This record gives sequence, structure tokens and C-alpha cells, in this order.
Amino acid sequence: MPQPSPSPPQPPNQALHGLAIRDARAEDMGAVEEIDARITGLAKHDYWRHAFTRYGGRADRWFLVAEHAGRVIGFIVGEQRAWEFGSPPCGWIFAIGVAPDRRLGGIGSRLFEAIVARMGAAGLETLRTMLARDDTLNMAFFRSQGMMGGPFIQLEMPLPGALPQPRREQGQPEPPLQPEKGREGP
Amino acid sequence: MKLQKATLFALFSVLELARDPGRQMSAGEIAEIYGISVNHLAKVLRVLGRAGLVEAVRGVGGGYRFCGNAKRISLYDVIDLFGDIVTDASEIPGPAGTTEIAQALGRVLREVDEIAVATLKSITLATLLKSRRWHEERRLEERHTAVSQ
Repeated sequence: MPQPSPSPPQPPNQALHGLAIRDARAEDMGAVEEIDARITGLAKHDYWRHAFTRYGGRADRWFLVAEHAGRVIGFIVGEQRAWEFGSPPCGWIFAIGVAPDRRLGGIGSRLFEAIVARMGAAGLETLRTMLARDDTLNMAFFRSQGMMGGPFIQLEMPLPGALPQPRREQGQPEPPLQPEKGREGP
Repeated sequence: MKLQKATLFALFSVLELARDPGRQMSAGEIAEIYGISVNHLAKVLRVLGRAGLVEAVRGVGGGYRFCGNAKRISLYDVIDLFGDIVTDASEIPGPAGTTEIAQALGRVLREVDEIAVATLKSITLATLLKSRRWHEERRLEERHTAVSQ
């Protein structure tokens, strides 16, 4: 039997009754940070506060959370991007996370469907995202929702004089929006 | 990317059987649908059986049945059973391989290989089977839009 590429099977959660998908609030950031830290092994306190300031409750930006029994158990963040190398306005998802103990209960799908509905209501017709090549778990998730390889290719290079950057872990969101205080240097 | 016949037959079989895990199909029935050699397919099915992806059902109406987890098994998992993905194929053999040009070419070929592997690892059997429905829905939607314009 081949080893499956995504994470090993776990007992599925029951479908969650009373699961609510709603706009994130400032007071949710502690839970969001905790979920992200459990997934990536890296706490990013300032990152999530900045992310909420930039994406929470803004036009053309969506920061949603999944709440069950008074507890935030998942989040998804996206925005509208336009005219990057000729790309007409489209929706972008750049972060998604579900508490590891609540996976396989359809929470990620509910978050995904909710942000897709918001983007569709905003008149967008295409959804994009960018993932690490070895992030099989998230890539399999997005493909299971119907996403496929698109017409753009991501390219990168080290900038002159830059020190080598540590490789990002699976599921880790993009680097901080602004350097965190005291962490400006390598 | 070109797959060997055995690998392609394995994907046909696994996907055909995974469409309906309760259904049993003989090698002959699968071979007829895809127009392929039943003898070759029988060998492939034995490999899939040993890997625990399909099981042989004996008796009247016997055949093969899918017995894996379609949401967890990726296209890569099936292809890898047949050793069809050689990730060091980008290494240029012989003395030429030590030249700077050959090594630069090798880096480009390796990038292509890595993207192919990442793609195959991220598509489960269940996702591929669902993609047929999405494709059909999009085709109908496009036709509907064209008619209504």
C-alpha cells in the first residue's frame, strides 16, 4: 500500500452543527495566532495584528473565521488583486488554517466556500493562490475544491547582498507585512 | 511527461474502480472500455492488488474492486508503484554532465520535474474523479452563456 501524500488519515470529526463562518474581529486574533502557531510552529503576534488591521472589515479584503461553541477554530484571509502583469481583478487567498484537532470536519471547505461567495458577490470571476511546492496538504485541499494550475508561474531569486532565508514551513503564511519590532535584522 | 503503458493502465483501472467502490469489474471489462491489452492489464492489476489498492473478488461475477481511500491516495502514489517518476532523470549522463552548460540545463529540467511531482502528489483519486463533474458543469455553463447572448 503506498503511503498517501497528504497527512495520514485521522478519525473524521462529526459534521459540526452550529458552526458559524463570520467576519473576524480584533479579539479573534489571539485564537488565529494560536492556530497558526500550532500549524507552523512559529508564533507571529505582530503579523496577525497587522493582518487584521489591513484585512479585517475592509472593502475587497476578507478575513473570516470559523467559530464553534464560542471558540474560533479556523480562519481564511484573502483580497482582491488586479493588473499584476495583465491579470484582470481576481480573488487571492493567502492564508488558511484549521485547528489541527478539528480537521476533517469540513471546516476548511466551509471557510473556502464562504470566501468564494464573498468574492463572487464582489464581482470577481477567478480565484488564485500561491503555495510552496512541497505543501502537499494545502495544495491537495485547494485542488479538492476545484482549483487547478493557472496561467501564471511564480519566479524568485535572491536579492543582491541578501542573506539566505530559512525555508518556509508547510502551511506558513506569507512573511510579515512589516518587520516585527526587534526582528528587523537576521 | 509521458507515462509507460503499465502506469497508464494502472491509473485507468484504479480510477475506473474508484468511481464506484462497491462495483466489481473484470480485467476484460476494464480492458474493453479503454481498448487495451487484457493480458497486460492483468499483470498491472496484480501489482495494484499487492499494493492494497484493489482486491480480487472470486466466484461468479468476480473481478476486481477498489479498496483504498480515494481521498487519500494521490496520482503520484499510483504512478510511483511503477517507478515511472525518476527525479534524477535531469542529471545529464556521461562526461558532458560535468560541464557548466549541462549542469545549468539539469537545473531547468529538475525544476520541471519538481513541478510535475508536486502536481501529481496534490491530486487525489477523489479530486480527479470530481474534476470530471466540474469540467462538465463549466462546459454546460459556457454553452448556456453562449446561447443566452
